[in-house]
Amino acid sequence: MSAATVASPPGRPSLAGDSLTLTCRALAHWRREPGPLAGALAFDILIVLMFAYLFGGALQVPGGGSYREFLMPGMFAMTMLFGISQTTMAVSADAERGVTDRHRSMPVSRLAPLLGRALADMLFAVVTLAVMLLAGLAVGWRAHGGPGDTLAALGLILLLRFALTWVGIYLGLVTNGAGAVTAVQTLEFPLGFLSSAFVAPSTMPAWLGAVAEWNPLSATVGATRELFGNPGWGGEGWIAAYHPLLAVLWPLALVAVFVPLSLRRYRALGG
Amino acid sequence: MEHAIITQGLCKRYGDTAALDGFDLRVPPGTVCGLLGPNGAGKTTAVRILATLLRFDAGRAVVAGLDVARQAERVRYRIGLVGQRPAVDEALSGRENLVIFGRLFHLGRAPARRRATELLERFGLADAGGAPVRTYSGGMRRRLDLAVGMIRTPSVLFLDEPTTALDPRGRNEVWESVRDLVRAGTTVLLTTQYLDEADQLADRICVLDAGRVVAEGTPDALKARLGGDRIDLVVRDAGDLAAAADRLRRVATADPVVDPDRRAVSAQVDDRAGALTEVLRALDADGVTVADVALRRPTLDEVFLRLTGRPAERVDATVRVPA
Repeated sequence: MSAATVASPPGRPSLAGDSLTLTCRALAHWRREPGPLAGALAFDILIVLMFAYLFGGALQVPGGGSYREFLMPGMFAMTMLFGISQTTMAVSADAERGVTDRHRSMPVSRLAPLLGRALADMLFAVVTLAVMLLAGLAVGWRAHGGPGDTLAALGLILLLRFALTWVGIYLGLVTNGAGAVTAVQTLEFPLGFLSSAFVAPSTMPAWLGAVAEWNPLSATVGATRELFGNPGWGGEGWIAAYHPLLAVLWPLALVAVFVPLSLRRYRALGG
Repeated sequence: MEHAIITQGLCKRYGDTAALDGFDLRVPPGTVCGLLGPNGAGKTTAVRILATLLRFDAGRAVVAGLDVARQAERVRYRIGLVGQRPAVDEALSGRENLVIFGRLFHLGRAPARRRATELLERFGLADAGGAPVRTYSGGMRRRLDLAVGMIRTPSVLFLDEPTTALDPRGRNEVWESVRDLVRAGTTVLLTTQYLDEADQLADRICVLDAGRVVAEGTPDALKARLGGDRIDLVVRDAGDLAAAADRLRRVATADPVVDPDRRAVSAQVDDRAGALTEVLRALDADGVTVADVALRRPTLDEVFLRLTGRPAERVDATVRVPA
């Protein structure tokens, strides 16, 4: 045994240092087992192709315009939403296998395992978004706004992902195993499809359209359609006019709620 | 002498049930204390509280001279925890696991790598260090788990059922590693459901029932209180069962228990080898064919039932032979 390591004074728990170590851990996982990530990307691309070529012909954009141009901003937000499965599963698997208990028994900053997870998932979100942009360009989608508008749109998409990551972390902390899968799917499907991602809310029954227009996902989709200069961003509900503002406020609200909730849950794990 | 672990009147409730109900424990430094008890006795709750994972409702807990409730952060630098299932990353190599956990214990990059190499060697994993944990045997995983728990050479190591689901070889490997740690001065609190595990490793044993200590002492002292070993006999022909029970009764210290379905008879004896020889010789002379024979320690079930004053035999599965 090395006396030097043992006698060295304990470093202070550092939020930044511990979080980065745990981000590296997640990256090491992906390097060793890239299968699930490749699968997730393939699924995203498949959905794009399905909507662009299979359903797209039957779908009309109110006010005219290309359905593929309408579709892609919805797809960008949708893949950010689907990404939280990854987050929830990873958090829940750590808890189930005792890794979370081990971290909690160690002098690791309390927020670090959660923040480390969030950072790693954001890195993957950037990769996902890049792949989706390429897929979009391949099916004929284009960003018509200036570089500033385009960057702002990409920023809003990633902001949504960051907020949803914390929802995913919280779900992973309060569920386990099969329960985690169910919880994520129960969240993803209504949130994803009851939105303006694939169809315009104006084509839905009035009450459903209202739900869809209030959906946080629709705010980001509406705002990014406008920034990309893609068709279909207007909508007739008054709330649609506030989508750019809501695309910032909704994610901030989710972060403000789910970061403290997750942290509290993490501290109190196991009663 | 300052104790490595002290608990006084520790209580933890979940709703209406008390997981711990006035749990008192003192473990001298550099010794192994075995916490023994059936499922639900409170063993894991006790370990989780002492490892700062769980808050408690009343009482006091001190680990390595630090108050668990008020100085949890400092306690975490002095303890290691090895839970019921290996808490390591299956996808990563043994070395990667050790380096990452070393970094989380706030060792620098180079010291964390050095420590990983040392521990891989010490736990007999040097050759497998680069391979993913997924490819390890159960015993190797457990050893890696122990190695992670030893990164900072903890003053106190908590082992919660460390050999559950391991084959005998894996258990032996883990026991060897634990003995090494204790020789180096670590205090170990071990929970187990296996009497022989506590017997192998522990200097003292505490038997827990319903959140309290119901018996405490050295393994030998406890065993003396618990009575002797048991002989289990299985005969080839069901018709010989009564004769076998009769022969066994003559060497036993209590009435034998007969299980007609298994053609088995079992009884407690004092002089293990003598009784076994005598009964086999007698059955041979009677022309009774013995299909299987075993000399075994009382199971934890039997020990526990005796300690808590409840009947030592289960009446649902067995039939008592009339004397």
